Amino acid sequence: MNQRSHLGEFEEIVLLTVGILYGDAYGLAITDEIEQRTGRNVTLSSVHKTLMRLEQKGYLHSHMGGATEERGGRKKRLFTITNSGKEVLHEARQQRNAMWQAIPRIVWEGGNI
Amino acid sequence: MPYCPEPPHLATQFLRWYCRSELLDEVEGDLYELFRRRIETKGKRRAEMLYCLNVLMFFQPDYIRKRKNYNATNAMAMVENYFKIGWRNLLINKGYSLINIGGLAAGMVVTLLISLWIYDEVSFNTYHQNYNSIAQVMRHQGRLDGERITSGYHPSALGELFRSSYENYFEHVVMRRGSEEHIISVEDKSFVQLGDFMQPEGPAMLTLNMLHGTRNGLRDMSSILLSKTLADKLFGDADPINKVLTIDGKSVVTVTGVYEDLPHNSDFRETSYIAPLDLFFSMTGLDPNVWDNFNMFLYVQLRPQHNFDAASALIKDQLLNHIPEELAATGPELFLHPMRKWHLFSEFKDGANVTSNRLKFVWLYGLIGLFVLLLACINFMNLSTARSEKRAKEIGVRKSMGSMRYQLVNQFLSESLLVALFAFILSIAIVLLILPWFNEIAGKEMRMPFTNPWFWMVGLGFTFFTGMLAGMYPALYLSSFNPVKSLKGTFRMGRYAALPRKVLVVVQFTVSMTLIIGTLIVDQQIQHAKNRPVGYTRDGLLMIPKRVSSLYGKYEIFRDELKKTGTVVEVAEANYPLTNTLGNNGGFDWPGKDPSFNPSFNTVSVNYEYGQTVDWKLLEGRDFSRDFRTDISGVVITESAQKLMGLEDPIGVNLKYAYGYSGIYNFTILGVVKDMIKGDPFQSPYPAIMFLSETELSWMFIRLNPQVNASEALSNIENIFKQIAPAAPFDYKFVDEEYDAKFRAEERIGKLATFFAVLAILISGLGLFGLAAFVAERRTKEIGIRKVLGASVSQLWQMLSQDFVILIVLSCLIAIPVTYFFMHNWLQQYEYRTEITWWIFAAAGLGAFIITLLTVSFQSIKAALANPVDSLRNE
Repeated sequence: MNQRSHLGEFEEIVLLTVGILYGDAYGLAITDEIEQRTGRNVTLSSVHKTLMRLEQKGYLHSHMGGATEERGGRKKRLFTITNSGKEVLHEARQQRNAMWQAIPRIVWEGGNI
Repeated sequence: MPYCPEPPHLATQFLRWYCRSELLDEVEGDLYELFRRRIETKGKRRAEMLYCLNVLMFFQPDYIRKRKNYNATNAMAMVENYFKIGWRNLLINKGYSLINIGGLAAGMVVTLLISLWIYDEVSFNTYHQNYNSIAQVMRHQGRLDGERITSGYHPSALGELFRSSYENYFEHVVMRRGSEEHIISVEDKSFVQLGDFMQPEGPAMLTLNMLHGTRNGLRDMSSILLSKTLADKLFGDADPINKVLTIDGKSVVTVTGVYEDLPHNSDFRETSYIAPLDLFFSMTGLDPNVWDNFNMFLYVQLRPQHNFDAASALIKDQLLNHIPEELAATGPELFLHPMRKWHLFSEFKDGANVTSNRLKFVWLYGLIGLFVLLLACINFMNLSTARSEKRAKEIGVRKSMGSMRYQLVNQFLSESLLVALFAFILSIAIVLLILPWFNEIAGKEMRMPFTNPWFWMVGLGFTFFTGMLAGMYPALYLSSFNPVKSLKGTFRMGRYAALPRKVLVVVQFTVSMTLIIGTLIVDQQIQHAKNRPVGYTRDGLLMIPKRVSSLYGKYEIFRDELKKTGTVVEVAEANYPLTNTLGNNGGFDWPGKDPSFNPSFNTVSVNYEYGQTVDWKLLEGRDFSRDFRTDISGVVITESAQKLMGLEDPIGVNLKYAYGYSGIYNFTILGVVKDMIKGDPFQSPYPAIMFLSETELSWMFIRLNPQVNASEALSNIENIFKQIAPAAPFDYKFVDEEYDAKFRAEERIGKLATFFAVLAILISGLGLFGLAAFVAERRTKEIGIRKVLGASVSQLWQMLSQDFVILIVLSCLIAIPVTYFFMHNWLQQYEYRTEITWWIFAAAGLGAFIITLLTVSFQSIKAALANPVDSLRNE
């Protein structure tokens, strides 16, 4: 179908979070958001690394901006999802949904097995 | 403004160092934000810890800066440029360049000489091709007074035993007498030569290089092998084979071979001829197969499939079955001592190998060599970094033109390599010049191995290494200059920049001081021992060994004729010379002796005139006298013998000798003399007992008349000898010369130490000179201003010199306890030793102080005398 490698689970979460934080998606904020929403303990460095990888794959686009006082005057790198990023997210969602649908009702509604 | 806490500085530095510049801001910013937040929630300590942790976690390949790769498109041109600029720099500052090259060359000279010396020591005996399989048979055994000694002497029957029983272990078994002097005569020429009696397999085992004849030349009992030098001496250019010569005027032998002279670093180098061992037995009439006379050296060559330890275990108890009871009780053990251990590992104490003095010297000199080289490198480093301010602008320009740091490092390293190369060439030239002198002092015959490719490889490699070592610190230091600061001209080195240099100067002078003090103490010890009262009169005393039979039976005639000439005061005889302590026997008994105490005494046979001739100092009792017939059973003992025996009043005491002397077993003590120093002048004297002999003895002593000129007296005496015993060569030794020879080893140490000390001071002085020049130069403007404001020359001189003087004082303070400790230990090995007095340290300190003052003053005064107008003019 497509030559692109598949989206990893953590990559998908990071990508989604970038979408959520539209306009202010940078390393630390994304880390905080993920921790809040999923309760996972993620390190700043793993998030940064994933962001870099996603950008290399072309799913994210970044620009420098917003030096604030809390950062001691240092700029931050802000990310936005590219079109292909949106595509791959949709794709992933569709695949997930399709598989969900394919599970017979009996699995959810119980039955002693 | 609210309080802004900073994250841990070290972690941030680390981050900034490794992180890529394009990613640095975002990472550092995030970490900073996180840090601030955490301080609120978790407290400062946890925030700091987590910050450091985070920094570490970012240390990943994606975030680490890439080393910038520059394609070296014209590497050759750059290298050319480096050397060109380096060469120009050397030319511009000729003075400094010379000091640099000179200092480094001096260090290299020392290293070269010491390397040659160490190589000579370590390669001893490697001339013999069977180096790895030859061994000498040695014996540990207990002595009568309880100590365990090690000896190489064995009974001749042992050699036969080895030869017959151990053929499958030993390829060769060779017995040999110790080197002895014998008279070799051909037609009318006689010479006293040192040589060996050896079994016929010897030359093959030692792989002698035969120039004429074969190695089997000793098969016939009446044959002899000559060294090249001896053959030339006896026969000139003629073919020596089949020529006939006489040994000791008795035995006629034929020359069956000539071997190449053995090199200086072989234990057999003094063997100028080799005669068959069987000839020795025939000449002396001794039985070749006895077990009770320990007078042979024994060597074996091991077959390749065996090792030394196994063979040693095999032969260990071989003596026990054959020797008499009382000797077996002393527990003799045989073992093999491999040839590769002979030169450096032949000292034994109590049955085990101890570090021999030779080995200690190898270590010591190696260490000194390294130290002196270190001094020279330190010098180099000092001078290079000191002058770095001058080159700051150049470095600034280069950096702003785009030079990478490593390129600058390469440039400075090339400069050091250039200096090192010149120093190497200079040092080779110097070594060639002084090698003969050094050989004389060291007692060796070393040569520069120019033909050996190893030498060049090691030499050049070593030059390269020195250049790198000495140049690394300056290169790294110089290439770190900030181009902006250095171009602005406000570049000044920090306060602490001078510190490493000062430390280096202190190290240099401490080493030099140690060497100087050490030298002084060694010299003092030698003088002390030389001045020791020897208990007899050394000067004007001749010793003559009676080797040929024609000298015997003529004592009275000699004495009369010699005394008639008026050049001789007295003549006497003894069985041993005055210069060794041969002749040790126990088995003495005296009233009050503890039965279990059986010490050895040095037993010497002398005749009536001995005491007068050698001029021993009588303390109690009297000398032997012809007036008393009973004196034949009298003895004269020395002071320490009296002490050892514990006799308050020894005169007239009965001394029993178990082994008997000339059939007499009971002796009376006639007199006590002062101890005579015959052996090691640094040890306590050996207690001695002198017996009277009425038969002829093998050494003649002649006391010259002090009024008569020595060479006149000698020719007189020679004439008389020629008249009375025409066939014997006139072979005499001066007692005082023989005695002086005992100091050779210590004198050698003294001379070498002096040499090294002088070089060390030279190098340190050079370094100080250059440094002082530089400091003075740097402060030219300051001095100019001070002069304008009214400072006098002496005030300026004081100001400039005092920094250095403090350093020297510090060096002295460090050097003194260090030297004291080492020299005290060294002196302990000598029983007769000098005390280390304080004035030596004072003298050395004063000397160093004066040298420093002279060196520094020259520069200081020159700077102080400069015209302030000139120094303040260019601004």
